[in-house]
Amino acid sequence: MMEPLNIVVCIKPVPDSRYWDRLSLDPNTKVLRREGIPIVISPLDRNAIEEALRIREAMGGKVTVISMGPPNTVEILAWAYALGVDDAVLLTDRAFAGADTLATASALASGIRKIGDYDLVLLGNESLDGSTGQVGPQVAEFLGIPHVTGVEKIDFIVDGRLRVRSKIEFGYMVIETGLPVTLAVTREINDPRVPPVFGALWATEKEAKQWTADDVDVDRATIGLDGSPTYVPEVANIEVQRRGEVLEGEPAEIARQLLEKLRADGVLPDA
Amino acid sequence: MDTYEGVLVFAEQRDGKLLDVGLELLGAGRQIADKLGQELAAVLLGHNVGALADELTIYGADKVYLADAPVLEVYRSDAYSLVLEELINKYKPAIFLVGGTSIGMDLAPTVAAKVNTGLSAHCVGLDVDEDGCLRSQVPAFGGSVMASIACPNHRPQMATVPPGFLKKPEKTEKKAVIENIKVNITEENVRTKVIEVFSEEPTAKPLDQAETIIAGGYGIGSKENWKMLEELARELGGSVGATRPACDEGWAVQEEQMIGQSGKTVHPNLYIGAGISGVIHHLIGIQDSRVIVAINRDADAPIMKAADYAIVADYKDIIPALIEEYKKLKS
Repeated sequence: MMEPLNIVVCIKPVPDSRYWDRLSLDPNTKVLRREGIPIVISPLDRNAIEEALRIREAMGGKVTVISMGPPNTVEILAWAYALGVDDAVLLTDRAFAGADTLATASALASGIRKIGDYDLVLLGNESLDGSTGQVGPQVAEFLGIPHVTGVEKIDFIVDGRLRVRSKIEFGYMVIETGLPVTLAVTREINDPRVPPVFGALWATEKEAKQWTADDVDVDRATIGLDGSPTYVPEVANIEVQRRGEVLEGEPAEIARQLLEKLRADGVLPDA
Repeated sequence: MDTYEGVLVFAEQRDGKLLDVGLELLGAGRQIADKLGQELAAVLLGHNVGALADELTIYGADKVYLADAPVLEVYRSDAYSLVLEELINKYKPAIFLVGGTSIGMDLAPTVAAKVNTGLSAHCVGLDVDEDGCLRSQVPAFGGSVMASIACPNHRPQMATVPPGFLKKPEKTEKKAVIENIKVNITEENVRTKVIEVFSEEPTAKPLDQAETIIAGGYGIGSKENWKMLEELARELGGSVGATRPACDEGWAVQEEQMIGQSGKTVHPNLYIGAGISGVIHHLIGIQDSRVIVAINRDADAPIMKAADYAIVADYKDIIPALIEEYKKLKS
């Protein structure tokens, strides 16, 4: 039998992809304008929350979610409460802003250390917007614990050991590891639940803790803009140039026309 | 920082076979190294992989670092990242490039954190600026914008590049020098154990390498109809791709056939999409195709505007006609 586990789930606020066409570049500052675009929990982080809740249901313990972002990030933490997590923490401070993956990982790790006594750190394998998949391994490095990415299945075995299935190209690896460990999960791991209506109401009773950089034990040189080795000197709009030529007629006629054009374009195989 | 020089490429091997992505990186790495007037090196980790090191020497590198030890037989984050950390601290490359495979995407951020440097992911282009600093081109926000990422004050400057984006270089006459690296870590340093590795070679070419892709969406309607796409793909020597809903319905057998989720992109010469409306994820995934053909009964479907050739018709009429006309053309 396994002991109850303390699980921390890192979740990221991302602009809702249904509104990505509203994102625009400020032509002068080259900064992405995202005002008025609703935020949601990055989809794979919902799989991470779901997995944490299932583990808690199976063997007891506690689920804490942590996020970093501007104050309105509490919206997604309220959603996490509605799903049934026990606690929620928001790292919010100007000092955290402008972070790349390394500085984000440093900040999250400092928050996780303050939560303390953690057995398992879960998060989505990659975020919807940046989709770098870098924060999981880097949080683990800052915490000094092992990690596995691409996790599509978690099995607990005896003595605080677990076996996870990690997705690789055209297959998987089964990896055994101890606790504590960071696991970055994929969408295959489960089907996330949606909050019950009552949950949504009840969630308003609970408020996320908000921590500033002063509240956590972290070297300021490792967070925010200062702690970010990378920066973005330039962002350019991509113009997708497609001909949009409409083909009409009888099927056989369309097929002949199309094949002729594809051959002229040099993309028709063996022709 | 000035003591960091040269370009290092991670040459990934699996099961005693070099992956193409490592060679592709050597091609790009050679260009960058030449621009900088510096050295290009590859690093190979594994067990009993000496023959692969020999194979690596003819792809343009000046040097191949070989770390060969039982502890490195199968990829594990701890083992590989510790060896690379030591290598980087000793040889101090200015740039370190890693292929964006499942393993590369696990390894690169781990190494970057260990040596405290910047890493850009999913780079589709690499260059150096006037100061000799790496500039990585990364599509962002669903490919609506292209970000240029720099890492001015930390070394090495790291980037991952997805497989298939860069051209594999020609073999060279000049051979690289192989330098054996002493592996100082043992099983004690590795906190994970690999119990099993399973992988099944796909029957068709992986989508990211396919030159022709026939993709289907929810509009295909049934597993029976899906066969029509497979037949056209067979005829054209291409692979079948699918949207998320078509995978969820089980029409596409392999998860790997899904285009446009999790940054998975394809770049065939020819993409033909049938019964696909074109949600943003899918359109992002196919935007690097040379020619896009969309077949949809709805002239207003988003994919029709993102296509070179838009066919407003039922795919059930068009695809059989295409198969027939293509056969005629070939005979």
